[in-house]
Formats: sequence, structure tokens, C-alpha cells
Amino acid sequence: MVADPSVSRRDALRAAAIGGTALLLGVNLRSASIAAISGGASATFAPDAFIRITSDGRATLIMPQTEMGQGIYTALSMLIAEELDLPLDEVTLEEAPANDKLYGNPIFKVQATGGSTSVRGYWLPLRTVGASARAMLVSAAARRWRVDPSTCRTEAGEVIHDASGRRSSYGPLAAAAMRETPPSAPQLKRLEDFRLIGRSHRRLDTRPKTDGSLRYGIDAMPEGVRFASLACAPVLGGRVERVDDSQARALPGVRQIIVLNDIVAVVADTSWGAMRALAAIDIKWRDGEFGSLSTETLREALIEAGRADGNVAVDTGASSKLSGEGVISEFYDLPLLAHAPMEPMNCTVHVTAERCEVWVGTQVMTMTQRAAAEEAGLPPEKVVVHNHLIGGGFGRRLEVDGVRKAVRIARHVDGPVKVVWSREEDIARAPYRSLYGSWMRARLEDGRPVAWGHKVAGPTVVGRWLPPAFDGKVDNDAVDGAAETPYDLPASYVTWVRHEPKGIATAFWRGVGPNMNVFATESFVDRVAHEAGRSPLDLRRSMIGKHLRARAVLDMAAEKAGWNDPLPHRQGRGISLQFAFGTYLCTIAEVAVDEDGAVKVLRMTTAVDCGTPVNPDGIVSQIQGGIIFGLSAALHGRITISNGRTEQSNFHDYRVLRMNETPRIEVHVIRNAEPPGGIGEPGTVSVQAAVANAIYAATGVHLTRMPIDQSLLAKGARA
Amino acid sequence: MFEISINGNRRQAQVDGDTPLLWVLRDVLGLTGTKFGCGIAQCGACTVHVDGSPVRSCRLPVSAVGARSITTIEGIGASPIGAKVQKAWLDLEVIQCGYCQSGQIMSAVALLEGNSNPDDEAIDAAMSGNICRCGTYVRIREGIKRAANGG
Ligand code: FES
Ligand code: FES
Repeated sequence: MVADPSVSRRDALRAAAIGGTALLLGVNLRSASIAAISGGASATFAPDAFIRITSDGRATLIMPQTEMGQGIYTALSMLIAEELDLPLDEVTLEEAPANDKLYGNPIFKVQATGGSTSVRGYWLPLRTVGASARAMLVSAAARRWRVDPSTCRTEAGEVIHDASGRRSSYGPLAAAAMRETPPSAPQLKRLEDFRLIGRSHRRLDTRPKTDGSLRYGIDAMPEGVRFASLACAPVLGGRVERVDDSQARALPGVRQIIVLNDIVAVVADTSWGAMRALAAIDIKWRDGEFGSLSTETLREALIEAGRADGNVAVDTGASSKLSGEGVISEFYDLPLLAHAPMEPMNCTVHVTAERCEVWVGTQVMTMTQRAAAEEAGLPPEKVVVHNHLIGGGFGRRLEVDGVRKAVRIARHVDGPVKVVWSREEDIARAPYRSLYGSWMRARLEDGRPVAWGHKVAGPTVVGRWLPPAFDGKVDNDAVDGAAETPYDLPASYVTWVRHEPKGIATAFWRGVGPNMNVFATESFVDRVAHEAGRSPLDLRRSMIGKHLRARAVLDMAAEKAGWNDPLPHRQGRGISLQFAFGTYLCTIAEVAVDEDGAVKVLRMTTAVDCGTPVNPDGIVSQIQGGIIFGLSAALHGRITISNGRTEQSNFHDYRVLRMNETPRIEVHVIRNAEPPGGIGEPGTVSVQAAVANAIYAATGVHLTRMPIDQSLLAKGARA
Repeated sequence: MFEISINGNRRQAQVDGDTPLLWVLRDVLGLTGTKFGCGIAQCGACTVHVDGSPVRSCRLPVSAVGARSITTIEGIGASPIGAKVQKAWLDLEVIQCGYCQSGQIMSAVALLEGNSNPDDEAIDAAMSGNICRCGTYVRIREGIKRAANGG
């Protein structure tokens, strides 16, 4: 079961108050040293722990990563429960409070969920937590029974001493276990001894999602809450010039109209009342310097930036070989994209002189706390963030712009206020996945690339979002999927040009860096194959060299997709192969293109090797969903700008894939004993190139831009 | 003042008659299981049943409900088909973030109430108005078939 964080914490308090004893374990991830947090009732309240077992036998696992549909609550719980031999079906899960020290993502060092890092980062730390707790419970039982701890074993929440037939469940041992010294290096299970990891486990977060009882951030209902709707400046940096709210004021249920520098908000008795009144306000905006921005000027600026050489990410002696005769080149580019998660942006805030309470679903707990504190003019410890399960993140909720706006509004409201973005506001006034450009070059000899060049131009999101991770020269995310490919390239030259699009706020988007670079790399591999007169599959096989795991996913996808089976006229198959997020993945798309150029994606076949699978069915689910997310981008995804304003507003003009457009999707998971790789992003990353290459095979038209432009594909059209 | 029947209970709401049912459910009655996604009948997140038919509650003014009975996701498990669909959704792990799933389940139940054995075409027709950004369509299709075949 998933607890409402605020409620379960209150329950925990109550349990402690009535004398429940808790075993609390904290882990300092930086030194990976385990320390039991012992002491009186106050320690019980301390939320810096992953495991809490009360003397009545209740087990609570505290989740350091945010559940946004990716199944992380289940996977992380499996890691702890595996080593602790804890039955998973009765545990209560609780969202960790804001605390970077205890709950910082081991890869980012801050409390953030993204980049397919959760299982990769917590694979050893959470197993260690579980193993250490188990060892302490065993020691406590052994001491009580006066037996050697090594003669005890654990199973399904019990310590068992076979020789004497004694057994005790964990609850009654909790108090005594707290007095045990944690082992300095707890023994982890061998892979072959796993009982949970590697077997599909039912998800722990889904039941309350079937009956409407799960409360997302948008469902927070603090006592006395009012509802607000907001309009933000339609152009970045724009300001409110004039407001005529005489009509809105007269509408029923309107409580307050708040005019800030760049925001107009209405507070009312219902969200609808607020939205309706907002629509009745005549707002005149002053646009500022970006009032004439357009998609065309943005793209021209990107291309202009690409004239620079850029900073070198990889140079293995290719640069001198990438000009002159025998070199082929191509330019690939991608548009702006909105995230459009199904749960529109929202944030509920209650600000008083002494404190600020925030109810929101966020991928970044501590950043949310700090942002709210700054806007409320309070120290961070005076801000309580109630994090909720998220109705879709995809990178949008790695940003705290919405929290800031909601707190700014809430400062003017007496009592709690729930600010809900309309879908129009959510799509049109948001940070976007940036436009990106890739300039590809290759020198061919004997039908193989002997020199490979890839220049990437785009912004650094990392540099703003996690400054310590950016060295000022090359953004590793921006070249991820370009700097390292699944191929043995004899010589490569990969550079990055930093280009921050003016007038656009940029953000991470599902698939992050590899989503751009794998599109360019894998499209260009097919271009090379065409030039060399080789089959895309054979060329890839010849380029793979020592990357055996890449070869395995390629071969499996080819076999399962029936690569060699004949197809009718204007149908084709296309491959995309990648190594990113620690995971190898190959997708083969099968498409049909009609005479007018309309594309129908018929089938997507994916083979994936993400190392040791934790929850195999969860992996399949993430790939299925990731592919559909990628298909939305390939077939429809595009934000366009005119006069500084976004031209799309809702799902009718910012289209996403629907049931009737969804192809057959097959996912094949290759199991091995490698450390786990990430799984949230890889499926999405593989789609654009696979589909574009399939269209290339079907029509002979090599697409270099997304989304797919049907007009280029009509019979007889010229590319 | 409007009095409407929701999940078999009479509920009263003191709101403007133009207020869409969605916001009466969510903001006035505290039935937050029905979700807001687009407000313009494009996404299906707000789907409820009005006398058994699927309706986008974001576009249904509360004044137009009248004596018809409303079923929401909070009440759908009381019907045999509703319970079957919920079970199939869990058994097949259809759900990811879950935000769209109230609407998906309401649309799926309405489909199965009128067609006990829908084929792919019928599923497309009934379900393509419900967006899932997490991309659970493959399993929604399987879930409907599973529920149709006895659950
Ligand atoms: S909110 Fe009603 S259809 Fe989207
Ligand atoms: S499950 Fe997330 S939108 Fe459908």
C-alpha cells in the first residue's frame, strides 16, 4: 500500500507516542557507511531512514525516489526486501522528506528522480541497507536465544534457528536489534540466491490508482483550500502592462484577483470559477525583447551557432580525415517539445508569517523546498513539502518554476490555495525540450566508416540544473549517445557547441541527451549504409566489433522482427541501436507509407539488455510506454513559436499518440548478471531513428528532421 | 443549489449552474478520483458515467445533469464489470502513473457494458478519446480483452 505521506507520518508519530519501538537505519550514501540511529522517541520521528519496523511488526520502507509511473517504488522496495527477507506484500511505503544528505540520489547527490538513475544508483546502497538490518535482527535473535548468529537464517520476515526450532518474526526483535552494532560490511546475497530480484512482482502503488483513492498533488485538499488559475506572460520576460478585471470581479465565487509582474491569477471557490474569471480579464502584456521570436529565427540561430567548431568531447584522430573527397555529411535537427504530462502542473501552498506548506508532485524534493523558501522569504527548514505520487513527469517536474509561481501567488492569499495550470497554460508557457542540431560526417573506405564526426549544438540543461556536473567545456548529457556509440569506430571526432536558444526556457525531456544524439547517429548509419550499398543490419554488425552486448540485442531484434521477411511495396523496416543509461537496446520499426505520404507504424520490436533485471515485467512496461512516448514525438511532436508566443495550446494541436495509432509492440528482455542499467528513457530514445530508417527503406526518402513531414513522403515528392 | 445522484447517493452542491460536473465532483464534493486533463473533451481523464454512458464531465454543466444518475471511478467497483476491469488492470499491470486511468477504466467499463466481446476495432473506437501519456495502450487493450473473457 502507498501511504499519503502526511498521513503516514502522522501515524508514525502516533505509533511512537503509544510506545511502539522502531528499528531505524540510516545510510550515509557518500561513505556507504551504515549507522543505526538509535535513541528515544525523537529518533523514531527522524525521517532519515529507509526501513522502519515497529514492535507490532509493521514494516515501513521510505522511498528516496519519486514514483511517477515508472514503478520505482516497487523496484527499490524489492532491493531492500530481497536482502532483508521481508515479505513485500504488507509493507507500507512512505515518500522520503526533503533531505539531500540522507536521500540524495547516489548519482546526482541531490534528491532528484530522473535520467534513469534510480535502480543504477541504489542497486548496492539499498541492498546494503537491507542486509545490514537483517544482520542486526539476526544478532538480536541469536543473543536472545544464546546461539551463534551464523546458525540462524531468515525467511519471510522471521529469524529462524533450525537446530532448536526457534523462530521469531521481526517485530518483537525490533527494540533489541536497535542496540546491536551494525556490521561494517554486511554480506550481500549472491545473484543465484535472489528470491525477489529477477522475478516479476506486482506493483505496490497501483491498487489505489484503480478506484480514484490515490491523491496526486492536484488532489490535495487542505482544510479551507481555495482554488486559483493563472495566466503567465505569453512571451518569456514579458510583463503585465494593464489589466481590466471589472467583468471578472462580478462573477460568482470569485474571491481575489492577484496581479504580479508577469502573472495574473484569480482565486475562487472552484477551479472552474477561477478559470472562467481569468478568461474574462482583459490583460495587456508588454512583451519585452522576445516579442518577435519565431521558430524560423530560432532554427537559423541554431544553424548559425553550428558554424563554430565546438569543444572537443572525443578526438581519436578523425578530424583531419573528415573533409574532402570520400566524405559524406548530413544535418539533423529536432524541434521544441512540451512535456504535457497528463496531470497538469499544479501546486498547493499555504504561506503564513512563520511557515510555508507545499503539496505537490515533484521529481526534486529539496530543490522544491529551497525554491518555496526563497519565494516565501523563509529559511528552508520552515518549508514543509508534502510530495505526492506524480501523474507523469518526463522531466517537467524536475523544474520548480511552477512551485515558485504558486508560492508567489499564495503569499497574497489568506489560507491554503491550490494553483492549477489550465492545459493551455501547461503547454504554451512552459520550459521546453530545446531544439538541437547534429552535423554528421563520415569517411568511407571499403564500405565502412573509417572516420566519424558528430557535432552537436544545443543548450546545457545540466549546467543550470546541476552546476557541479558541468565542467564549463562539454556537457556530458548533451553529447550522451554521440560520444559513446555501440560501435568500434577507428577514429572519431565529437564536439559540442553550446547554444542557448534566446527567449526559450529549456528543460530535460524523457530520453535526455541520447534522444537527440541517437536519432542523428542511427539515422546517419543508415545513410552510410545506403551510400556503401550495404544492408543496415550488415553494416551495423560489421561496425560493432567488441561490443558483444550490442550485437546480442541487434541480433535478437532482427530475428524477432523478421528482418529478412519480404514486405509489400512502400513498407519498410528500420533499425536503431543504442548504448545509453547503462543499457543496450535495439528497436526495429516496421512502417507503411501510403501514396499521400501518410505513415502508419505497424510494429515495433525491441530487444533490451539492462543487465540484471530487478522487476522484469516493469522493464517491459517502461519500454512499451517509452516507445509510445517516442512515437508521439516522431509522428506529431512539435512546439512552434510565432511573435514570441507558442502556437499550440491543448491536445488537439499538440497531439500525442492515441490507442488507434498504437502499433503492435514486442519487447524481449535479455537477462545477464551485469549491474542494472536504466530503463525509463531507453525505449523513447530508440524510436525516432528506427521509424525514420523504416521510412527510408519504404520510400527512399531520408528524413533528417522530426516530426515526420508527410509532404516529403507523398509519391513523387522530392526530398 | 443542485442535487445530483452520485454513486447511488444524493449529493448537494451550492454552485453556479454553468459549473462543469468535473469541478463539482472535485472541488465541491471532494471526489478527486475524476481527473482534469484538458478541459475541452480531448483527453478523457474526466470520464464519468451518466445513466451508464461515458461522458466527459469537463464539458457537462451541472445544471444539465438533472435526475440522471452519475457513476464515478469511486463507485465503479460496485458493478460486476467495473470490478472485473479493475482486477484485469491490476493483474496485467496496466497502470503506470495512473493519472489517466480513472478515465480509461470508466471508458472501458462503458464499452464492455454495451459489448461483451469487443474486437480491436471496437476497442479503438471506444478508447481513442482517452489519452495516456505514459503509453499504456498495449496493456489497456489486453486488459479489456481479459475482462471480457471473464477476468
Ligand atoms: S478533462 Fe475532460 S476530456 Fe480532458
Ligand atoms: S498511466 Fe500515466 S497517463 Fe496513463
